[in-house]
Amino acid sequence: MILLQLAADGLLLGAVYALFSSGLTLIWGMMNVVNFAHGDFVMLAMYIAFFSFTLLKLEPIVFVPLAAVLLFALGGLVYYALVRHVMRGPMLAQILSTFGLALFLRYTALWAFSANFVSLPSGLVGGVYDLGGLRLAASHLIAGFSALLLTLGLHLLLTRTDLGSRMLAVSEDRVAAELVGVRPDPMQALAWGLGAAATGVAGALIALFFYVSPEVGNSFLLLAFVTVCLGGFGSVPGALLAGVAIGVIESFSAYWLGPATKDAVVLALFILLLWVRPQGLFGRA
Amino acid sequence: MSITRRSVLLAVPALAVLRQRAEAAAPVKLGYIEPLTGNSAAAGHAIKQGIDLLVDVINKPYPQLAPLPLAATSGLPRLGGAKIEVIWADNQGSPAVGQSDALRLITQDHVVALLGAYQSNITLTSSAVAERYGIPYLTGESVASNLTERGYKWFFRTTPYAPQFAKLYFDFLANVAKMGKPTSKVAIVHENTDYGTSVAQSITKFATEHGKKIFLTISYNANSTDVSPQVLSLKSAKPDVVIFISYTSDSILYMKTFQTLGYRPPIVIGDDSGFSDPSFVTSVGNLAQGALNRSAYAIGKSGSLSYKMNALYKKKTGRDLDDSVARPMQGFMVMCDAINRAGSTKPEAIRAALAATDMPPSELITAYKGVKFNKEGQNFLAYSMMTELQGKTYVPVWPPKEAIAKLQLPFKG
Repeated sequence: MILLQLAADGLLLGAVYALFSSGLTLIWGMMNVVNFAHGDFVMLAMYIAFFSFTLLKLEPIVFVPLAAVLLFALGGLVYYALVRHVMRGPMLAQILSTFGLALFLRYTALWAFSANFVSLPSGLVGGVYDLGGLRLAASHLIAGFSALLLTLGLHLLLTRTDLGSRMLAVSEDRVAAELVGVRPDPMQALAWGLGAAATGVAGALIALFFYVSPEVGNSFLLLAFVTVCLGGFGSVPGALLAGVAIGVIESFSAYWLGPATKDAVVLALFILLLWVRPQGLFGRA
Repeated sequence: MSITRRSVLLAVPALAVLRQRAEAAAPVKLGYIEPLTGNSAAAGHAIKQGIDLLVDVINKPYPQLAPLPLAATSGLPRLGGAKIEVIWADNQGSPAVGQSDALRLITQDHVVALLGAYQSNITLTSSAVAERYGIPYLTGESVASNLTERGYKWFFRTTPYAPQFAKLYFDFLANVAKMGKPTSKVAIVHENTDYGTSVAQSITKFATEHGKKIFLTISYNANSTDVSPQVLSLKSAKPDVVIFISYTSDSILYMKTFQTLGYRPPIVIGDDSGFSDPSFVTSVGNLAQGALNRSAYAIGKSGSLSYKMNALYKKKTGRDLDDSVARPMQGFMVMCDAINRAGSTKPEAIRAALAATDMPPSELITAYKGVKFNKEGQNFLAYSMMTELQGKTYVPVWPPKEAIAKLQLPFKG
């Protein structure tokens, strides 16, 4: 029973990692820009969820889409106001600019919301199901299924639609895309918007069972980068699989080898995998 | 007004007078290192509010707070009424940052003494810098026992520390055992930096010396995103008592995970820090009913010093004063009192005055039996009691003469 519970917890935790990373995959993989502010986008989405509930009394069914819409706007804004300009500069400028954005968002949150940890009431979306001793929280299940749906949706959008093809074209070769009549700026802004909107959904759902604080994005960020690398840059299903794999490995290694070792185990396996498959699980070489 | 030759000539002596005044009351600069960002920032800010309040109490007359030292007068009387000025440094939760904070405060801001730094591992690194430069360093908050085992000359600690808690917990558990509740299987769950490791070792050492065995020890990283494997380990081992030595984010996750996995240990003891963070009670207080904690502070009876101090703190912040803020405040009072008694800002004079400290309980905010340092710089009169989360506050439940509410077991969650 313990092993089954560990596996279930690992799967659900992995789904959360995948959910957390989904927006990052899109922006990093498609646009070739590492968004260091990703964790802080998630943090903002979590605060949107928290304040929508506590101040405006909105239910999750309302505040999850609301977070998506607001983050979509933020993503677009960040592209037009910041990323578009620094993309002309050297790689270092891109890295430092999103890093600066991350610090700006984090310390603004610290100033505006204080350093206190806050939390949505538990059981906002139903309680805990007990299946013959196996306990699953509704909020975790919803996060898990949403990770699946979001991954599927983003994957289909990129591979099956005209819009997706245009976005991929711009990411592949900006000039060539322009030559065939695709305007790069709106496409890139859209990719940022969609990536941020996915992040918004992720943040609002994670807030259902996790604490919220200005630093919360930081605790997930390293694993999000590992997830995207492991899955293969730009591969949305890859990120899902990688996230789930990391969750399950963490869960079991924490139980068998001790919680303090779990990060070491995950990162050691990650390095081993990069050794044989530097492009990640689903990446193209 | 135009600037004439005459007005310039008049201004010169006027400036000289101003300068003299400034010299007479040159503020005494103290460096305070706290986590103002990072995962422990909530605690750091709460402490800063408490210290800011004390700076006001010391610098302005608060006769209603007598017998608190320095309250009735303004500034430090033996230094010509010099005001206290605190220079804050943010350790960002990192021992390396704390170390460079200490260096900067000493070499650039020329502070006369240092205080801090919340996390034991940061107090460790920052006090090493103070020791090298010969600047007094006082911690009112960090409890890892190794801090006062380094043979330092310049380091002082007012708070009770790990070995004293170990004794407190086992004395308390012996008492619970007398009530017919099983307490023999004690599990320790601790975060794996100096704080958690040292307190866990002290508890284990105490148990071994008294012929008891620790049933299970789990060490983990406080920044984890998930604690369910630890909770599952506890769930399958079924200890009678679980002692958590945790910071804030992890304590919150433990309470949430207890609920999700439907497990509640019969007795939960939280070793202060995370369990005492003001945001612990607001965010998961309803999942942590019956959690036990240690505290060196109780609001106390109306009219007492602790009660009046709480009233001021509550007016300023909207929250009640608690152990995690009261202990650093107590440390700060001891430091300011020592500088005043030294009558000088020379490091050696302050160190000598600190070493000679003998503060009676009547002058304290906390419940210590007094403040007096042993050779290692540890306050050997430091003292804590057991409190229990009942509703929205921790209330003293043991020992009986401090108790104001009845102990309620088991842990309800």
